[in-house]
Amino acid sequence: MSEKKLERVGVYVCHCGTNIAGTVDVVSLAKWAEEKLKHLGVVVAREYKFMCSSLGQELIEKDIKELGLTRVVVAACSPHLHEKTFRTAAKNAGLNPYLVELASIREQVSWVHTDKAVATEKAKAVVAGAVSRVIENKALEEIKVPINPNTLIVGGGIAGIQAALEIANAGFHVYLVEREPSIGGHMAQFDKTFPTLDCAACILTPRMVEAGTHPNITLLTWSEVVNVSGYVGSFHVTVKKKARFVNEELCTGCAICQEKCPKKVIDDVFEAGLGYRKAIYTPFAQAVPKFPVLDKENCTYFIKGTCKACEKFCPTQAIDFNQQDQYVDLDVGNIILATGYDLFDARRVSNYGYGRLPNVFTNLEFERLSNAAGPTSGNIVLRDGKTTPKSVGIIHCVGSRDKNFNNYCSVICCMQGLKFAHLVHERTGATVYNFYIDMRTAYKAYDEFYQRVLEEGTLFVRGKVAEVTDAARYEHEKGKLIIQVEDTLIGKQRRIPVDMVILSSGLQPRHDAKAVGKQFGISCSTDGWFTEKHPKLDPVATMTEGIYIAGCAQGPKDIPSSVAQGAAASARVLDKILQKEVALEPIKASIDHDKCSGCRICNGLCPFNAIAFIEDDQVSDINPALCQGCGTCVAACPAGAISGTGFSDEQIMAQIDGLLFRNLLPVEA
Amino acid sequence: MTAKPKFAMYWAASCGGCEIAVLNIHEKILDVDANFDVVFWPVAMDAKYKDVEAMEDGSILLTLFNGGIRNDENEHIAKLLRKKSKILVAFGSCANEGCIPGLANLSDSREIVHTAFNTISTDNPNQIYPRTAFDVPEGEIHIPNILPVLKTLDQVVDVDYYMPGCPPESHQIAAVIDLVVQVLQGKAELPPKGTVIGAGNSTVCDECKRTRNVKVIKSFERIYNMQIDPALCLLEQGIPCNGPATRSGCNARCPAAGAQCIGCYGPAEGVLDYGARLISAFASVLDAKEPEEIDHILDGLVDPTGQFYRFNLAGSLLKAGVPAWKAESTHEKEKV
Repeated sequence: MSEKKLERVGVYVCHCGTNIAGTVDVVSLAKWAEEKLKHLGVVVAREYKFMCSSLGQELIEKDIKELGLTRVVVAACSPHLHEKTFRTAAKNAGLNPYLVELASIREQVSWVHTDKAVATEKAKAVVAGAVSRVIENKALEEIKVPINPNTLIVGGGIAGIQAALEIANAGFHVYLVEREPSIGGHMAQFDKTFPTLDCAACILTPRMVEAGTHPNITLLTWSEVVNVSGYVGSFHVTVKKKARFVNEELCTGCAICQEKCPKKVIDDVFEAGLGYRKAIYTPFAQAVPKFPVLDKENCTYFIKGTCKACEKFCPTQAIDFNQQDQYVDLDVGNIILATGYDLFDARRVSNYGYGRLPNVFTNLEFERLSNAAGPTSGNIVLRDGKTTPKSVGIIHCVGSRDKNFNNYCSVICCMQGLKFAHLVHERTGATVYNFYIDMRTAYKAYDEFYQRVLEEGTLFVRGKVAEVTDAARYEHEKGKLIIQVEDTLIGKQRRIPVDMVILSSGLQPRHDAKAVGKQFGISCSTDGWFTEKHPKLDPVATMTEGIYIAGCAQGPKDIPSSVAQGAAASARVLDKILQKEVALEPIKASIDHDKCSGCRICNGLCPFNAIAFIEDDQVSDINPALCQGCGTCVAACPAGAISGTGFSDEQIMAQIDGLLFRNLLPVEA
Repeated sequence: MTAKPKFAMYWAASCGGCEIAVLNIHEKILDVDANFDVVFWPVAMDAKYKDVEAMEDGSILLTLFNGGIRNDENEHIAKLLRKKSKILVAFGSCANEGCIPGLANLSDSREIVHTAFNTISTDNPNQIYPRTAFDVPEGEIHIPNILPVLKTLDQVVDVDYYMPGCPPESHQIAAVIDLVVQVLQGKAELPPKGTVIGAGNSTVCDECKRTRNVKVIKSFERIYNMQIDPALCLLEQGIPCNGPATRSGCNARCPAAGAQCIGCYGPAEGVLDYGARLISAFASVLDAKEPEEIDHILDGLVDPTGQFYRFNLAGSLLKAGVPAWKAESTHEKEKV
């Protein structure tokens, strides 16, 4: 150890304006590093206002060239922000970029402390840790892998459709996988869209048709991804195409089978339980693709062995009762997850009576009620199917902004509630009450819509509804639903009797979001939404290279934002495709076969399936192309046979020694 | 007649098993006698410390030192033998990593003495405790002072080679003696300083004949409680076998006999903390997701320290429990 030649280390302390310099004495920190860390190899320590500026970078580059630095420590912000900046600077000056370490004295020091003396001491420790660590760093080379130009998009809602069209129009192939029989997603269920009151179908279906007929898009509806392996540039995906019992080659989409099928089934999915479909069906008239799906659970033939009405009447013999699930293997370079949301189950707020009180409706039910193509042809009526309500209460924030359910704001509910108020008013002339906590009408033309609804005479009550009940206390409440609420603007409890209640239920992550996230190797936030790489600057990328997210899968959002994210994700994918190859971070785990005794503890742990067991040699091995450098196996290996580049024991122990000031020369008394 | 090179062996805080293991090499012991002049070996022959003190520095070629450093006598002899020896070998688990005596590092030294002299199994009605110094007409007499924590040999002096095992396997001792004899005859070279000798470089699993599959632990079992599959990896049967983290060299004798490896050969090459490695390995393959399920499975490990640090506590990153560290700062010699 003692004979080891000293590295030549440069330390660069950033003021970050006053972000760091306001709390850390940057001048004395640099001076301290130059004096007290000299024996570790520090030959220069400088401070500068903004190290990340081109002048700051030039400072480092100049020192590397002129002082012959072999290691660089930049004491600045988190590596998330500027590690790449300084690595590139080092590279420009001829130093291997992996010989640069960032000491986070902003996020981990100045932003979390107020006492300048203490913060400066801690900054010293962080810098000493980084210097000790960087000495143990090894020069690494990036790994280049080719990019397969095909893309998989999971989820055929508006976000997925938008992304698919962008990529397909750019000339690259897309596989669009959708779990339901048709693409279109939630948007296809809506009647009008806020704030312009465009007919949702009128603006959506042309996009659906375009996606369905595009030569560069392969639609895989009634399908689910069952397996994913590989890495950016070369993912291998297996898709299960559930049996439709309809031969897509022969079917013309004439819908005679649907007409002739004798079995009516309540449509819980598309019609939100308000209408019926047949056992063989397309969810709606403009469905894409046009091929129906036969619902085996409800089909009379599958239950009783006779019927086959659809087969008899099909003019092209397209019905195939023997069809089996198929598994399709796809090779793709990038994946976009646009899997959307589930509606919050309003039954959970039992005091609002949904499921118990017939005339309490969910937002999705109301969308179907007001939809011209819906079960009531757009007539807004009570559960009996004929009575027009004279008064309607719309409750916002059901299951959202509520500590008992979801803390977050579901974003779309205020505008949706206003849209409902407008539609009720326009079609029934009923008195409409909106119960809200805060009215959130940000974004273009949204608040103008609120003003319009106000002018239409909708009544607004600011307060969280306590209860919806049919237990009347007064004569005028009899036969009505009574909304009990504290009107916080007048500071009084109110009981408001209405004929109909609409619950603006919030959005929730898909029930299987966690499992899907695991399948694709990405994580979910504590709420369950897919986690983006950076909440502000990288909202559609994920921590896993080559996997992107768009639309409500990432968090609640309206249609314009979903479309924008779909387009943004596709831009990121096109960027990757056009680069033709991608450089992977060389942070990888590897197994020393001499030390590995094949205990197989690591075998089941790799989230990226990069570990294989070699039977002949009785050792485990890591495929470096699959390894993402997460370190799970490194931590688990009991024999210490697995090491992770960039995170070796030597590096970590050296950093700890530095942090604890254990490797400082004895200070004079 | 040219003088034979000198050999010494010493026991500090240990059980004597290492000495027996040396004798257990059978007729090979004659090679030791043929090639060495045994100058100091308290368990085998009479000797006085002052004789060793009188020896020239570096005059002993090879010293096998077993036992941990528990008291100031151990420490004194460790330093003395270091000075007098060309090659100092930490011999056996105690000298290497503290072993069973090292488990006392969970308690402070007064607590240890108290336990020894004042438990219900001890008949000590007058509460008599040993004193380290006592005046008699002839002068003051002493017994060694107990140190606050047990230290491994290399925490006290510079060590040339490490020979693990509790005790080291006799065939490994024989092999090392063969090697030294060959070095003496100029037929072989000594390994680099700091090398672990008389052991393998991988883990016990490497020598274990049991079949291994992808691991999933549903529960931890104890061997007296179950029917053991003779061919399957013990860990996969829920028996907390330390083999995956333990240095090879013993021919996996315990697992072969149906008992789990308890880790006497210490950490594998390059492992910083044996117990931490094992904990993270076991935890990685628990078949549970919910905290309660995980707790339930881990409750099956009745003695976590004994499981993960039976041999390695003194040699681990933490080295001791909190009471022992506190004792270090407050320790003062007992006065008469």
